[in-house]
Amino acid sequence: MSLIELEALVAGYAQPATAPCSLRLARGEIVGLWGSNGAGKSTLLKALVGLARIHGGRVLRSPGLQLTFLPQAPVRLAEMPLTGHEFLAFAGADCLPPPASLAARLDQRLDALSGGEFQLLSLWASLAVGADLVLLDEPTNNLDLAHLTLAREEILAGSSTRGCLVVSHDRDFLDALGARIVNVQSGRSHG
Amino acid sequence: MFSRVGHMDEIFHFPFLTGLLLAALLPVLGNLLRLRDEWLAALGLAHLAAAGGLLALACALPVMAGAISGALLGVAGKSGRAGRSNSAYAVMVLAGWSAGMLLAANSAVGEALAHAVVDGQLYFSGHGELLASAGLACIVWPALRWLTPRLIAGRLMPAQEKASAKAAWRWHLGFDILVALAVAIATACVGLMASFALLFIPSWLAFSRARNWRQTNLLASAISVLAYLAAFFLALHFDQPFGPTLCALLVLLLPLVGMGKK
Repeated sequence: MSLIELEALVAGYAQPATAPCSLRLARGEIVGLWGSNGAGKSTLLKALVGLARIHGGRVLRSPGLQLTFLPQAPVRLAEMPLTGHEFLAFAGADCLPPPASLAARLDQRLDALSGGEFQLLSLWASLAVGADLVLLDEPTNNLDLAHLTLAREEILAGSSTRGCLVVSHDRDFLDALGARIVNVQSGRSHG
Repeated sequence: MFSRVGHMDEIFHFPFLTGLLLAALLPVLGNLLRLRDEWLAALGLAHLAAAGGLLALACALPVMAGAISGALLGVAGKSGRAGRSNSAYAVMVLAGWSAGMLLAANSAVGEALAHAVVDGQLYFSGHGELLASAGLACIVWPALRWLTPRLIAGRLMPAQEKASAKAAWRWHLGFDILVALAVAIATACVGLMASFALLFIPSWLAFSRARNWRQTNLLASAISVLAYLAAFFLALHFDQPFGPTLCALLVLLLPLVGMGKK
């Protein structure tokens, strides 16, 4: 059974910004939304959580579906006197133990983390809350090659228990995740 | 004022305990206000609380009731569509200040009483003010244990709050009301600027020094209480107004923000 199903979904803001997009996503699946800049990949994702408008088509959700969403630019304040441990606890991200590479930095204040480390922490905070469906908007932002590997490991950890919809301009990263690719410009699945 | 060294006259017990409770409590709210980038809202609410208190005085009503009403009016404005911005908070400051000063100038309240509200009248606090502060503490501490994780998660992961489809407005409004009550009671007891200073400066200092959130709360409260104790006794000993003395002491601590930082 699908966790979520999009039927010719057209998303946008004041005006439609995407071509109609159809897809199904089941538990244990990773779907990659891929396309050129300006195709509306992020807008589609935002429409699923009410941050963008739905102009056409429809979204079918399984009953009681729990969603979590990592935006393209996680909130990073100039002053954040919280440790990574506290951040994960406040976010309720305690369904999975954090990866060792991340755990080693969890005693640091958030504002002492590098951009890549903070991105990995935010990614983990979205993955470990135990949601049925995880929506990730450009999760590889700010990540160098080593961090890209860690991000892939984070997304694959426990992936059989949830569905994952990933927006990325990085086709190699989506392929490394084993994601089924949906080209947003055409709205047709190629995977 | 002191019957012998180290012993305070009984008439100062109520004011001392009232101020002590507020000094411990306000910085914890200030930390959340700072994290939410709403510290200017505290100044806006304090001005509206002062105006409400003055209006109550002019109408021969309890100052506390007027101050709470004024601050809650600010919460209503803050909950509006364009209410959560520094521009809106600045309007609250200006509206509260002008209303308060005009009320003072055009009523029997007079400027002297207006100064009392703005500068604070802690040494005239009685058991009513102490009860209000203790009641506030009894509400704020348990409420913050529940609210803090939600407010912090909402601040750092606002999209997640939207995605989870939870009625987050309830805890944001709940926090706004807590702050309004605290600011109103503090304004009626220690004055407008001293209330704001207790919400603003200890948090600023703690944010720059603490290693985690728990330490941020402890450090901010400790700074606030120490500054309060010093201000209370210095103002009494040298016959100075309490509010400006406290503000001056807190401002003198500000160089600590940059000290020792890389």
